[in-house]
This record gives sequence, structure tokens and C-alpha cells, in this order.
Amino acid sequence: MLILTCPYCGTAADETELHPGGEAHVVRAGPEADEDTFEAYLFQRANPRGVHFERWRHSHGCGKWFHAARDTLTMQVHGTYPAQVTEPPQDILDAIEEARAR
Amino acid sequence: MFDATSHPARPALEGATFDGLVRVEAAGLTGMITLRGDVDAIGMPVADVTGLDVPDTLGITGDGVRALAWMSPDEMMLFCDYAEAEELAASLAGSLEGEHALVVNVSDARAAFRLSGPEHRLREVLAKLTPADVRPEALPPGMIRRSRLAQVAGAFWLDDAGDLRVICFRSVADYVWALLTGAARPGSEVDHFRDVRM
Repeated sequence: MLILTCPYCGTAADETELHPGGEAHVVRAGPEADEDTFEAYLFQRANPRGVHFERWRHSHGCGKWFHAARDTLTMQVHGTYPAQVTEPPQDILDAIEEARAR
Repeated sequence: MFDATSHPARPALEGATFDGLVRVEAAGLTGMITLRGDVDAIGMPVADVTGLDVPDTLGITGDGVRALAWMSPDEMMLFCDYAEAEELAASLAGSLEGEHALVVNVSDARAAFRLSGPEHRLREVLAKLTPADVRPEALPPGMIRRSRLAQVAGAFWLDDAGDLRVICFRSVADYVWALLTGAARPGSEVDHFRDVRM
């Protein structure tokens, strides 16, 4: 069972309270992008064995979208952070580094 | 054409009560007004009109008659008497004129329940239905928690009288009634919260 702490309301939300939103920080291609680039933007997603940055919505709680850094192998959650960023914040990256160093 | 205004409002599960581990009651018609907008902008006007404090994150404030609940970073729910909801919503909308805000009387779109009994039993009934942490330290009085009740969305809090209040969408009121009364069925004690007996 996955538990993520919503960065907006601070509650430890069970997976069943959340709705997954796929890979985070996907940058829209275009408007001048060629078809291959746009297809990649639409359909190609990372599927890492390890740390994955992903979007979640606290759909049965405060209703807000947020980001989470989760390890797909160990299910360790390195942290959650608000959705209004285009890349993972430094403290999340630090937490990942720290977990790797152990 | 169906004209809602020409029919008297009927509450969900009118007058229903159930006695089991706890007493479950359909709370009847309850005024509920959704307030949406930046809390910095709408907080003061709402506090002025209602006389209630603006709740902190996950908080609910009340004066015994009305209550103001945090719903999300940009949403609050005002609970009041059903009869005054329409007028109150209009006066709130007036005081928020010019702000980027939304005031809607959602009284008829929600259903409310009241559960009363020993606190450890109330928490036990709730814990059977929701993944939320309902231990006293995680759900103290004065806190509202939005979560799910089995398959549907709901919100719950402990009021000043020590009763457990539950709200859900009216369209699933029958389902939530069945959940609550099922979880409170005599003989289904789990005694998980026996240490919080007070």
C-alpha cells in the first residue's frame, strides 16, 4: 500500500484516496514541433527501474495535483512537492542522493 | 418541467435513525454553502458576514449554530441552518463582489449524518470505512478530514458535543447510510480504540 503525504493539506493519503497522473515534468512539444517529436511528447513515457517523478491528484481529499518522487523498485517515497514547478526541487534531489548513498 | 422551487425540500433518508454500536441519524436538511477563492481575499469578508474564524488547514470552526470548514487550499464550506442558506449565500456573494470567488448553496446536493456514542466506538465505526487515520492524535476535535467512505467521497469531523458528523454527496446518501449502519451493527465490535475510552 502506497501512502503519499499531500503537500497542500499535509495529510498522509492512502493510495485509494489518490488518483495517479503519470510521469511528471513532461514538457509539451511545439507549437512548431515535427510529428515525431509531438508523438513522443504524447505517447512516450519514462519507465525507470528506480526513482520516478510522477503526478498524483488528492482526488478524495483536497483535490489538488501534486508531484511525488517514488522508487519503482523499492516503493520508497523520497518526497512529495507542489505541482507549480517544472523540475524537482533541490530538497527532493538531496533526499534521493542521501537514500542512494546509504 | 420539474420545478424544484415549487416542491418542499425533503432531506435524504428523512428522520432515519439506527441504534447499534453507536447511534446513526440522518441529520436532516442542513445548510451548506461552498466558498471558493483565494483565502487571503475571501477570508475576511466571510468572517465578517458569518462571525466565524477562518479555519486553518484541515480545521473547522463553529459557534454552535454555524460552522466553517477548510475544504482545500482555496475552498471552504459553511454549514448553517437550511432555511437561511439561500439568503446567507446571497449576502456572502454580495460581500465578495469584485473578488475572484464563487459562492454556491449546495445544501440540496449534500447529505449529512450524525453519529453519537462513546468516542472509541465512533472512531471504530469510521475506521472500518475509511483509509484515513482516525486515531485521536490524527483526528482531534476541530479537525475536518476529507477522505473516502468505502467507494465514495466523504468528509467527517468530531463536533463540540463529541458527535461524529459525516457528509457526502446526496446521490450516494443511501449507500453511505448502509455503510454507517453496517459498520455500527451490534456484534461487530473490533475494540481497536479501547484505549481512548473516555
